Amino acid sequence: MLKVDQLSVSYGGIKAVQGISFEVPEGKIVTLIGANGAGKSTTLRTISGLVKPGGGNISFLGEDITGKDSAQIVKRGVTLVPEGRRVFPNLTVYENIRIGAYLRKDDWTKDVDWVYSLFPRLKERSWQTAGTLSGGEQQMLAVARALISRPKLIMMDEPSLGLAPLVIKDIFEIIKEIRNQGVTVLLIEQNANMALKIADIGYVLETGHITLSGTGQELLANPEVKEAYLGK
Amino acid sequence: MLTLVQQLINGLTLGCLFGLVAIGYTMVYGILLLINFAHCDIFMMSMYFAFYSISVFYLPWYVSLVLAILGTALLGVLLERVAYRPLRTAPRTSVLISAVGSSYLLENLGIVLFGAVAKSFPTVDYLQEMVTIAGLRIQRLAFFVIITMIVLVGALLYIVNKTKVGIAMRAVSRDFETSKLMGVNINLTISITFAIGSGLAAVGGFMWGLRYPQITPLVGAMPGLKCFIAAVIGGIGSIKGAIMGGLILGVMEIMIVYLFPSASGYRDVFAFIALILILCIKPTGLFGEELSDKA
Repeated sequence: MLKVDQLSVSYGGIKAVQGISFEVPEGKIVTLIGANGAGKSTTLRTISGLVKPGGGNISFLGEDITGKDSAQIVKRGVTLVPEGRRVFPNLTVYENIRIGAYLRKDDWTKDVDWVYSLFPRLKERSWQTAGTLSGGEQQMLAVARALISRPKLIMMDEPSLGLAPLVIKDIFEIIKEIRNQGVTVLLIEQNANMALKIADIGYVLETGHITLSGTGQELLANPEVKEAYLGK
Repeated sequence: MLTLVQQLINGLTLGCLFGLVAIGYTMVYGILLLINFAHCDIFMMSMYFAFYSISVFYLPWYVSLVLAILGTALLGVLLERVAYRPLRTAPRTSVLISAVGSSYLLENLGIVLFGAVAKSFPTVDYLQEMVTIAGLRIQRLAFFVIITMIVLVGALLYIVNKTKVGIAMRAVSRDFETSKLMGVNINLTISITFAIGSGLAAVGGFMWGLRYPQITPLVGAMPGLKCFIAAVIGGIGSIKGAIMGGLILGVMEIMIVYLFPSASGYRDVFAFIALILILCIKPTGLFGEELSDKA
């Protein structure tokens, strides 16, 4: 579905991503794991058009989307739930969802019920401003805001960041639920253990290179991964 | 008592004009964190647009008003396009300098195009007629200004709070990058903001011209400063604040002159005193939010 080929990205002369290649097949949860600064966020930001790549190719459903701007990428069905949630704190929950549907020309209002069914808590808080929500609720809102655009692929950047363990469990349950409803997921996480447990496919990213790949279970069992990322 | 009410209405009228122009400052600040110093010259230009369409092209005043609004909105959009957009990622000080430069450019352009000699803004008999209501003799303009203000502000609040464009404006004002991720067209949203702010300034300019009919290319400077002060008093970034700030400033100015006629020569000073006071007591203004970092 998504194919990243020899992608490289530089920030002001520093190569953040150095020719990585990976694939996201339809209907799967794919995770990129790796330490801070390995280039995970940069990869997602490049796919969603916020950062222009230095080289390589990104294609989605067979179409080249390399270097297209964000609106074009969203229109094609790829959305990013950014790191740190980045909900609009001055907008209400409902308005946050509405802005997620910005590019939709069809009737998006019926999908509001769908995202509220995934996150009943948001429905209760529909008229509250997003700034007043807890961290977990903001993360749910960020996911809801991405889902309302009806993406084919949803990319999530560190959804567990700064959340309590119980809330993280909820979020990962929801990620599985989203996949089961037919939306492909590309997940990046520092919490490698959690991510690999739910992932169908995992890639290990180290200082801009992909060093390992396999199914989630294989990587969980891999001694190198265990030592470097799972703390065992 | 009658004169007091009359003066109060007079103050409210002036306050509405301040408010209409202040909205432009506050909206641009809200979305770009930029004090648009050229806004007062946009306001000045709107008066010349109205002047030419009435006095030179002999168009009816209401057609001229519409033309002035359109022309001024276009000028505002153009200003953002050439003076601010290329500096979108530059440090904020650079954009501020560009704003000051644009202000001087417009003023001097005005001198070249229109001449430095004051021109008389045309009279509009219908609006300037005195009407008597319950013993009060009031210019029809006062009602026109107040009603226009209520209608425009109602429409503006509706746009900002209820429409897709308005939600996009508020989203962009907080977070450019995430707005982009939603597919929001940032440039278009900012252009619309400038168009609305400048269009409202044109409404204010037209009525300002009827109240104070001497216009020169520097005529925007003092009212522009006061409207900026109104926006700061209300809490810059807040539309409600700009309106309230404008009304407070307008009523205060007229009332002080009315109650202390000997101080009328210092009428411009009071706005600045009010600014200093508000900055000391409540720096975020009456309706301003605590400025959180644009994370």
